[in-house]
Amino acid sequence: MSDAPIERITYREAIRQAIREAMQRDSRVFLMGEDVGRYGGCFAVSKGLLDEFGPERIRDTPLSESAFVGAGIGAAMGGMRPIVEIMTVNFSLLALDQIMNNAATILHMSGGQFNIPLVIRMTTGAGRQLAAQHSHSLEGWYAHIPGIKVVTPATLEDARGMLWTALEDPDPVLIFEHQTLYNMEGELEFAGAVDIEKARVRRPGRDLSLISYGGSLHKVMEAAEELARSGIDSEVVDLRVLRPLDTETILDSVTRTHRAVIVDEGWRSGSIAAEVSARIMEGAFYELDAPVARVCSAEVPMPYAKHLEDAALPQAQAIAGTVRALMGSNG
Amino acid sequence: MRALGPEDAVVATYREHGHALVRGVPAAAIMAEMYGKREGCSRGRGGSMHLFSAPHRFYGGNAIVGGGLPLAVGLALADRLQGRSRITACFFGEGAVAEGEFHECMNLAALWKLPVLFCCENNLYAMGTALKRSESETDLCLKAASYEIPAWPVDGMDVTACEEAAARAALAVRSGDGPCFLEFRTYRFRAHSMFDPQLYRDKQEVEEWKKRDPILLFQKQLIARGLLTDDDLKEFEDRVAAEVGDAVAFAEAGTWEPVEDLTRFVYSERTRP
Repeated sequence: MSDAPIERITYREAIRQAIREAMQRDSRVFLMGEDVGRYGGCFAVSKGLLDEFGPERIRDTPLSESAFVGAGIGAAMGGMRPIVEIMTVNFSLLALDQIMNNAATILHMSGGQFNIPLVIRMTTGAGRQLAAQHSHSLEGWYAHIPGIKVVTPATLEDARGMLWTALEDPDPVLIFEHQTLYNMEGELEFAGAVDIEKARVRRPGRDLSLISYGGSLHKVMEAAEELARSGIDSEVVDLRVLRPLDTETILDSVTRTHRAVIVDEGWRSGSIAAEVSARIMEGAFYELDAPVARVCSAEVPMPYAKHLEDAALPQAQAIAGTVRALMGSNG
Repeated sequence: MRALGPEDAVVATYREHGHALVRGVPAAAIMAEMYGKREGCSRGRGGSMHLFSAPHRFYGGNAIVGGGLPLAVGLALADRLQGRSRITACFFGEGAVAEGEFHECMNLAALWKLPVLFCCENNLYAMGTALKRSESETDLCLKAASYEIPAWPVDGMDVTACEEAAARAALAVRSGDGPCFLEFRTYRFRAHSMFDPQLYRDKQEVEEWKKRDPILLFQKQLIARGLLTDDDLKEFEDRVAAEVGDAVAFAEAGTWEPVEDLTRFVYSERTRP
């Protein structure tokens, strides 16, 4: 796949290509979820795939999250390689029983006899004024659960490449696609499988580590560019995978820069940002020149009004402000 | 169970010991599992409520009421998509019909015409809650039938009636016309668990049901027809006692998983499925 020509593509199209390629490569792969077929997917990710692959493999489901996620688990145990799409992370709570009590536990409960090669894709995050039942970032919650893997593609390469790796994984992988990224457009330079194990340094820098993932990564990159203009050189680490967390890359970066700001669209209390912070304390405490700082979402159900939603989310300006305060405090 | 072949799958509840035994999981492996021993059918990781056995296509041992139904739907979907004529038998109690997953799965299995044999063991009590105290409609077959699933009740205390109904239903499911639903009307003689003082039912009620103990009824039937003698019975009971004794001895002699292996089986140990 590495000889594929460079093309302009959206995040949405990158995922669609990944699904198409998976369906072509492996007859055990099928996609199921609400409105993935005739409607073309709530976010138009699967548009056109029904015509290409037919209703057996592009399978519209009733609004029965628990049943179709559980059916995905059963089908995976029965030899298939299902991709289950859940419309938004908030709806996934209706299937939490299946994800937590079955997908994450059956391998262990069965003493290693039954693995669950299942991929669940879902939309996460805010920014489109969809209010408090369509806008939350619960990937950090899911990252709490042993037995599943949690990935958060933030780039075109990852949107394109993580799915295949996830499908090859013998265990359940949850892919969180940030809803503001679907229209992100750019040149896809590498259209092959990518690892789902390591964090990646997206921007090398000397002065501090900005650690983020998913939709927030782009706000962090924006903040880093702004900070660079005033002489602060930020390193940006994209976590990519929230479980298992790549502690080594985080600690390497912090050991070089001696400061860390974690940016996470989840709520601050009990967040993945809290986990990253704890790991820095455990593994690199004596490298730190300043306390670890966090920029997270305000602890409020996501409001509808644009100005309130903006205020609730980590924004580039607030990220830059936090960095300046940190550099000033002990810089 | 006799209606199933080795290629078929079984999904059961947390009271699955009988299902596992009849399916062929060795009593010794089940007993060792209940002891938490490494020689148990789930290596002591699952315990009494989570018996699993890959060679018997026995998919647990599910202790979330209703939680096994979606798995059965998925196993059947996999068979359908791979063009196999296998069926999946899914056991659950009447308590499960109050769960949303029951209704979601009835609908999905019927909508997609999947080969699932739904076996509802109605023992009248979900732990301590009587069916009539928890359901506005207590006719369970009616609920399944409302999803266009062929459904019929069976005297769960009559062994031959159960076998006959299961054979008929399994045949229908195997023919590819979609799921069937059987309601086995039965009773639980003993407490729900070791912690259950049984305040919710009369002793008299239990005694009445005991008169219809399926094992005793079946014995009487066989003896009346001259198919079983007292000597045969004695021999059966001795064999069962010996099997239980052997299972206990096996479990007692079993070993413990090393604590160093605590975090095994959280993720697969091979890199590819």
